[in-house]
Amino acid sequence: MFSHVDAIAGQLGRGLLLTLAMSALTFTGAVAGGLVVAVLRICPVAPLRAFGAGYVTVFRNIPLLVLLVLFVFGLPDLGLLYPLFATVTTAMALYWAAFVCEVVRSGVRAVPRGQAEAARALGLGFGQCLRHVILPQAVRPMVQPLGSIFIGCALSTSLAAAVGVAELTGQAEFLTLRYDQPLTSFALTTVVYVALTLTSGLVAGRLERKLAVVR
Amino acid sequence: MKPVTTARRDDIHLLFDPPGPRARRRIRIATAVSLAVFAALLAFAVRQFAAHGQFDADQWRMFGEWPIIRFLLSGLGQTLLVTAVAAALAFPLGGLVALGRLARNRPTRALARTYVELFRSVPLLLLLYVFLFGLPGVGLTFPVFWQLVIPIVLGNAAVVAEIFRAGVLSLPRGQTEAAYSLGMTHRQTMACVVVPQALRAVSPALVSQLVRLLKDSTLGYVVSYLELLHQAKVLGEYYHAVLSTYLVAAACFIAVNSALSGAASWLEARRA
Repeated sequence: MFSHVDAIAGQLGRGLLLTLAMSALTFTGAVAGGLVVAVLRICPVAPLRAFGAGYVTVFRNIPLLVLLVLFVFGLPDLGLLYPLFATVTTAMALYWAAFVCEVVRSGVRAVPRGQAEAARALGLGFGQCLRHVILPQAVRPMVQPLGSIFIGCALSTSLAAAVGVAELTGQAEFLTLRYDQPLTSFALTTVVYVALTLTSGLVAGRLERKLAVVR
Repeated sequence: MKPVTTARRDDIHLLFDPPGPRARRRIRIATAVSLAVFAALLAFAVRQFAAHGQFDADQWRMFGEWPIIRFLLSGLGQTLLVTAVAAALAFPLGGLVALGRLARNRPTRALARTYVELFRSVPLLLLLYVFLFGLPGVGLTFPVFWQLVIPIVLGNAAVVAEIFRAGVLSLPRGQTEAAYSLGMTHRQTMACVVVPQALRAVSPALVSQLVRLLKDSTLGYVVSYLELLHQAKVLGEYYHAVLSTYLVAAACFIAVNSALSGAASWLEARRA
């Protein structure tokens, strides 16, 4: 039952690299996009606020797999053809940006109002107030949920297998069909995913303690 | 001035003072510019749709025909069925696991914890593949409905367990202490004091979990279970109208899930 372990491990290693790359790109894109959407949602311009709210409603409530098939099989029908990896990663980043936006908003809301009022009373401008007073305090409560979002991103990259990307889960499926040793490849893959999520959880915990603000 | 009630207004008032005349003018200009940008984006989208024949009648006509609507509705029905059955199994199982994590005996706690860590770390699709390709290899086969539902239940029970546990831990400690000082046993304390209050506290989170369950049901696409996304795929390929069909399916998913999310925030607001 364990005869092709080398070949299996090699394939899974390639899958893992792809999973890691996708997770990192998805997460980076989601944080960038989420920040933008969060800013839109709290800016004083009504149409932008409405757009932000609509974005969050749509992308939080659409199943990721639906978004993926829309992007992968639907966009080419509009003449928008991109490489598969880029398409899938973009769709996932757009999806997770909605969740990041909500994390950012709740982080900002966790800062007591008096802090912003005091900063303004001291004559700080909007940028200074944000940079020196609000953001440093808003970041701490965001670390743990952002860690969960990273784990969510990493796990959701598995859905790329369903639209034909040979990342970790895709490799596990392929190896199962090829070597007919489902339990070996699935067990190895599971170990890799568990290691990935446990590490991310630990890192998030460390970061959170490091950034702790005494209030 | 209108009363400040919604959370959105709160955000604005945390960061900004009420705008003065110059700021109001800037806001008006930004409003006009953003509307113009949205109009341009919309025009681009419409042009792309039109240029590639996506507005042609044969891309959309079938959605007016009753058999097609019925076909999609049956997919939606199956989606809701999978969600309901998975919830009916995952919620109690998650509750049990949470009780295991809060149990006083160490092996039970360790076992429950392992379950949670394992099933929260494994992507659902991998779990699905185990049931689709792995278990048949060792002689275990399930009907396609259960091939879809069992992985969803296993994965979501771990999440639900953490929701329940958070609910129990959020209760003031005095509740448990009072129950013990009344002479209740651990079991009585759990059953009469802790669990009822925790259930009430986590009910909004459980309703939002339904959104996640419903999203997970789209994995039926992979096992060819006849839920909404799979029906959309079949329909889109048959009529060569992939984009319009997936868009209709996406709209259905968003409508149902927004309703569920709305119910969750309503519960949350009522509880507070």
